[in-house]
Amino acid sequence: MTEMTSEAPVRTKTVKGESGFKRALRATEIDTRMLGMIGALLVIWIGFHVLSNGNFLTPRNLWNLSVQTASVGVMATGMVLVIVTRNIDLSVGSILGVTGMVMAVAQTQYLTPMLGFNNPAVWILTLIVGLVCGLLIGGLQGFIIAYLGVPAFIVTLGGLLIWRGAAWWVASGKTIPLTDDNFKLLGGGSDGSIGETWSWIFAAVALVVVLFGAWNARRQRQRFQFPVKPVWAEVTTLVVSAVAIIGATMVVNAYMLPGPLARRYAQANGITIPEGGLDIAFGWAVPVLLFIGVGIAMTFVARRTRFGRYVFAIGGNPEAAELAGVNTRRVTMMVFMLMGMLAAVGAAISTARLSSATNAQGTLDELYTIAAAVIGGTSLAGGAGTIAGAMLGALVMQSLQSGMVLLGLDTPLQNIVVGAVLVVAVWLDTVYRRRAA
Amino acid sequence: MTEASMAEIADHGPGHASVVDRSGPALVEMQDISISFGGIHAVDGASIDLYPGEVVALLGHNGAGKSTLIKILSGAYKRDNGEIRVKGETATITNPRDAKAYGIETIYQTLALADNVDAAANLFLGREIMTAWGTLDDAAMEAEARKVMGRLNPNFRRFKEPVKALSGGQRQSVAIARAILFNARILIMDEPTAALGPQETAQVGELIKQLKADGIGIFLISHDIHDVFDLADRVVVMKNGQVVGSAMTSDVTKDEVLGMIIIGKVPPGATPGPGASRD
Repeated sequence: MTEMTSEAPVRTKTVKGESGFKRALRATEIDTRMLGMIGALLVIWIGFHVLSNGNFLTPRNLWNLSVQTASVGVMATGMVLVIVTRNIDLSVGSILGVTGMVMAVAQTQYLTPMLGFNNPAVWILTLIVGLVCGLLIGGLQGFIIAYLGVPAFIVTLGGLLIWRGAAWWVASGKTIPLTDDNFKLLGGGSDGSIGETWSWIFAAVALVVVLFGAWNARRQRQRFQFPVKPVWAEVTTLVVSAVAIIGATMVVNAYMLPGPLARRYAQANGITIPEGGLDIAFGWAVPVLLFIGVGIAMTFVARRTRFGRYVFAIGGNPEAAELAGVNTRRVTMMVFMLMGMLAAVGAAISTARLSSATNAQGTLDELYTIAAAVIGGTSLAGGAGTIAGAMLGALVMQSLQSGMVLLGLDTPLQNIVVGAVLVVAVWLDTVYRRRAA
Repeated sequence: MTEASMAEIADHGPGHASVVDRSGPALVEMQDISISFGGIHAVDGASIDLYPGEVVALLGHNGAGKSTLIKILSGAYKRDNGEIRVKGETATITNPRDAKAYGIETIYQTLALADNVDAAANLFLGREIMTAWGTLDDAAMEAEARKVMGRLNPNFRRFKEPVKALSGGQRQSVAIARAILFNARILIMDEPTAALGPQETAQVGELIKQLKADGIGIFLISHDIHDVFDLADRVVVMKNGQVVGSAMTSDVTKDEVLGMIIIGKVPPGATPGPGASRD
């Protein structure tokens, strides 16, 4: 993003033609494509809301939407780095399938019998088994791609079949129900949500983090006497973020436990049910918090670490990165290892959500993941993409799907729409890039 | 080239040989270097050396092997045979990181910049400044970038834009800044002025003089014989992967050097190499 305040003299030529609005937008340092995506999301939401006679923008549907987005969204954050390095990973859906299966088998056949029912160590160990499994699979694929020079498209296309086969082979095609209740919290549901009070605490922490981040960025720039954002722009972005955080928290807190569940909750916690029923809010779902956490961690990795810098440099010019002394092969392999681990996180969420692992789990997820990243502005030519964009992209994809289910559209028609949207989104992206260049 | 610029070059021209320091061991010696690609001897038993404060120009047709030879020194290619010595000691160079460890920096013809990141990120690519927390210290890198760019190209302001948005000259100054930022002892410049206008070419010439004065040795690869006579102390001519001969620029004429390039004929003022024509 350019600095308008200090570099006005050299930029006068380009600035002259800009409208006041564009100039203001530039000062806030907000990505215009990000704004475009938020606009598209609002259009989709409002469109479905109208078409479904007011059933889309309800706390219940939005809460469900957030939970459904989590699994693919987590994987999309990793897919950004894969695509930025000019690679592709077609195997993430299958890796999700096999790691989900491995976790379920490890939990039901080894961990729970060894440690006891609902032992707090079980869910952690299950997750670690899954993460290690994903890491090894990603590492193997990454090794073949980076060191043996087989194109990522082929390696992961093979992986698509291999790991799907492996998922069947782990339990001979059986569906494995999970045994550990703590692990199931990762999937959301009434137990897997943090409730009203904690949701507000989460919102407060988020606000503090956003404020601190803005203050820290400003201080860093002042330390070296670089130009800083104008104060009004800083305030505007902060206000928008705050409204988004508080608004989303109000929505998830407005979704109440349905009657029978509320009564069960009251019984379990020894609360007497008052006259006129009991209102207990769901609040933020655990998988959504996990999704947000992964998003923040991945943004940090992409923007603030040496590894992230190399990922983008390799995407921009692999030869230049190699000549500058970057170990491009190692970085490529690490990207795939990270992707494998994120597929395992996605597997934990979706397995926990279904309370069981099936060998078909995650089928076609690779396409939704890639679509989310690409719709979110990741360039297939490499070198460009943001984690936040991919997260929004995942939300856009899931909104389309949920909306069509809500309207009662047939599955084949849903697929046609999703496919068409992907193609149109990439076309718009090419148009945007050509103009920006 | 105009009369005026010729005169200007004569003023601070080849007289600069005095900076060359031949008292100690050579900064770098490449001896009997060979490399072949699929049966073609791209470089065949070539030997060159370079002393502190010296500019050695490598000349030759396309495919003469000069770029290949220099890429072996910068670690981009692995040689099949031969030895590289840095300051008299045998050096192991198998990748660009090794070369950098010996203070060998390269400015490639293609500039080799990561187009999608900004100038500071390119300057520090592979050698980022980190904070105490182990994260990238972008502010510190930008400050350093502003310092070094201020010296090379005081008009440069576009620190926040990806380098693909920059002009040819600006990109060149980023590439040069990257090479000198880390105390290079040996600088390799592959066609440094190919993409530049006259004013920017003059800037690069000034910069090379400045680097010579600091005792840096420079290998200059060029097609442009005028450039070479303006900037270099010594020329080495290659043909078909072999060294035709070498000469001090003060001892030969441009026509004689062209003769070496085209037909491999070594003039009396030059030292013949293995690639000299036999007749």
